[in-house]
Amino acid sequence: MKKVIAILLTLALVVVAFAACGGSTTTDNTTAAADDTTAAETAKLDGVKAGFIFLHDENSTYDLNFINAAKAACENLGVEYVVKTNIEESAACKEAALELADEGCNFIFADSFGHEGFLIEAAKECPDIQFAHATGTRAHTEGLANYHNAFASIYEGRYLAGVAAGLKLNEMIEKGEFKAEEAKIGYVGAFTYAEVISGYTSFFLGARSVCPTATMEVQFTGSWYDEAAEKEAATTLLSHNCKLISQHADSMGAPTACETAGVPNVSYNGSTLSACPNTFIISSRIDWTPYFEYALKAVAAGEEIDADWTGTLATGSVVVTDVNEKAAAAGTADKLAEVKAGLEDGSINVFDAKNFTVGGKTLDSYKADVDTDDAYTPDTEVIANGIFSESKFRSAPYFDLRIDGIELLNEKY
Amino acid sequence: MANKNDAKTVKEPLIHIAKRSALPFWQSWLIRIASVLASLIVCAVVIVVFTGDNPLQIYATMFKGAMGTPRKIWSLLQSLSMLLCVSLAVTPAFKMRFWNIGAEGQVLMGGLATAACMIYFKSMPTPLLIIVMIAASVIAGIIWAVIPAFFKAIWNTNETLFTLMMNYIAMCIVSYFVYVNSVPKGSGKIGVINSDTNAGWLPVIGKYNYLLNIIIVALLTAAVYVYLKYSKHGYEIAVVGESENTAKYIGINVKKVIIRTMILSGALCGIAGLLLVAGTDHTLTRDTAGGRGFTAIMVSWLAKFNPLYMILTSFILAFMEKGAGQISTDFGLNASFSDIIMGIVIFFIIGSEFFINYEIRFRGHKIKKIKEAGVK
Repeated sequence: MKKVIAILLTLALVVVAFAACGGSTTTDNTTAAADDTTAAETAKLDGVKAGFIFLHDENSTYDLNFINAAKAACENLGVEYVVKTNIEESAACKEAALELADEGCNFIFADSFGHEGFLIEAAKECPDIQFAHATGTRAHTEGLANYHNAFASIYEGRYLAGVAAGLKLNEMIEKGEFKAEEAKIGYVGAFTYAEVISGYTSFFLGARSVCPTATMEVQFTGSWYDEAAEKEAATTLLSHNCKLISQHADSMGAPTACETAGVPNVSYNGSTLSACPNTFIISSRIDWTPYFEYALKAVAAGEEIDADWTGTLATGSVVVTDVNEKAAAAGTADKLAEVKAGLEDGSINVFDAKNFTVGGKTLDSYKADVDTDDAYTPDTEVIANGIFSESKFRSAPYFDLRIDGIELLNEKY
Repeated sequence: MANKNDAKTVKEPLIHIAKRSALPFWQSWLIRIASVLASLIVCAVVIVVFTGDNPLQIYATMFKGAMGTPRKIWSLLQSLSMLLCVSLAVTPAFKMRFWNIGAEGQVLMGGLATAACMIYFKSMPTPLLIIVMIAASVIAGIIWAVIPAFFKAIWNTNETLFTLMMNYIAMCIVSYFVYVNSVPKGSGKIGVINSDTNAGWLPVIGKYNYLLNIIIVALLTAAVYVYLKYSKHGYEIAVVGESENTAKYIGINVKKVIIRTMILSGALCGIAGLLLVAGTDHTLTRDTAGGRGFTAIMVSWLAKFNPLYMILTSFILAFMEKGAGQISTDFGLNASFSDIIMGIVIFFIIGSEFFINYEIRFRGHKIKKIKEAGVK
């Protein structure tokens, strides 16, 4: 008796499963936020539906930056979109991408470095859908027509933030708070690889361009988001007499530690002004809205999306927040406008080989790992005409030189 | 169970909980189904509070999430299969009253062995590599299961704590392995293993890489059912589970049965690890087992250790999980929301077992008691 019923139940289950299979032309009428205010004016982007995969949710400054841009771009263009948050860097990413494909998305984006391999697997399975990935490195070698990488020349934004930091150091030196040779910056980094190295180096070069005696110490946390570790790293740096702190990690750990200690802080990914009104100077970030708009328009028009797209100051992808006059040195905003103009017209190059030395020597040639492989094998000459060309051969950063003046307190991979 | 009707009216409590005699089969299933429906109603209330949406629409969303497209149905059946596979693994041990809550670790070790073979022997011809992977994953699962079984059999150590502890050791070993082999170096993630050559990937049957796992688990289910129900080993397991002393008395070597059954458990977990890593995920993280080792305990218990009912219980859980995920996405809620929904459903399903095993009697209402027995 029991057996018979068990078999019947099982059969019923299978029947239900396959019955559903037959009638599965799902028309999706419950999307997260179909925009109705701008839909009328931009009806030309009909037929595009965007899907976004984010590593964390709004609590991470990194993901929040993407989430805001995704919303802005889709709402500007009147595009329907679906968001999936807290998607791990594992097969979960592929499953999420395939689910978005099921939802009818024809543009699917993922925001975290570790998503890349899984997104590529999904791209192979869905050749008709465009896949885009921020910070990834493999689009130019993978040879998939529907898989694309994007990043921005954020080193320019960090350079500007660095200039603001240098001006603040100068002001503190002038006020007699410490001697010029004591102008040491502390930097909290996530991992010791190119994205972070390129970031802190450009920040440091910006600071040193106005405060020539500046030096820097970097402490890594080994995590993109670890509030306790970032706070601890900032505290360590402060105990080493660092006069100003910046960070490239995603929690509020370092900014709040600075606010508590009353030490100036240069932030990243977005303003931390509300939490740190007395110490926040400025923040640089990538605005992803231009990229999303570019990509969505390309999908709508059936045009190809660049395999490697690098946003710049000119595209509006690299932005700095307003200067917090309360904490920043006087005249910071004017100086930044001047430097920004220089970066835009090419008279200032962040990674000009004249501006830094490695092991006491100025470099005239360097091979970087542009075509990603397991062991970071150097493969491409990246110094031309005395300038290290960052983000030229692929969108993701590959500047990984350890320049003089910056001391790494630890390394974390 | 027949309580004497002692009419002590003075201090009789309002509610009285008593063990039921075995309920007819259909009644117990009625209670289970009712509990799932009740959980859906509570979920709907919670969802309406948070989203303000029509509950019917929410059920439709759930259905869409689990079965909205052919791919989703395959994916659902695949999730069901993987949960079922781990449940099959723990069932013989449970039937023997050996509380193996270490399936999570055993699956991870199977997955680890698979991933290690895929990485270190990637130049091997694929058929040979797959044979090596099968052997390695099964052996790894067995080793992880037999260690606690051995200690239990020889020194009568507590297998619950021991197997639980082995989970954490397995997670740490996996973390270390992933760290050492992370691609690219420093990312802390192993990425897609052999994405260029697909070496060691199990073959894909049809359009998606779900079907192979489903077929293998279907075969395993039948095999475990027959093993437990009709084989001498299965009988020995049942006897040891009912009473060790009886087993000893009739000449069953209890130690041998414990170790043999845990070898089976470990081997099945190893296969689950193999299917997850080489069949679908093609990567390894410390979450590869994804809590299935623990959920499987519930699947197995709810089905009263019967592999055929386990198909249904794992279907319910897999369906709810997919459906809850869809609700989170469609209503723009945090992913934790689907965990809340799952929690409610699981609470009700487990709660139903209480009403199957016990009855609640109210003070002095004979009529009500009769009614209750009839309805519930």
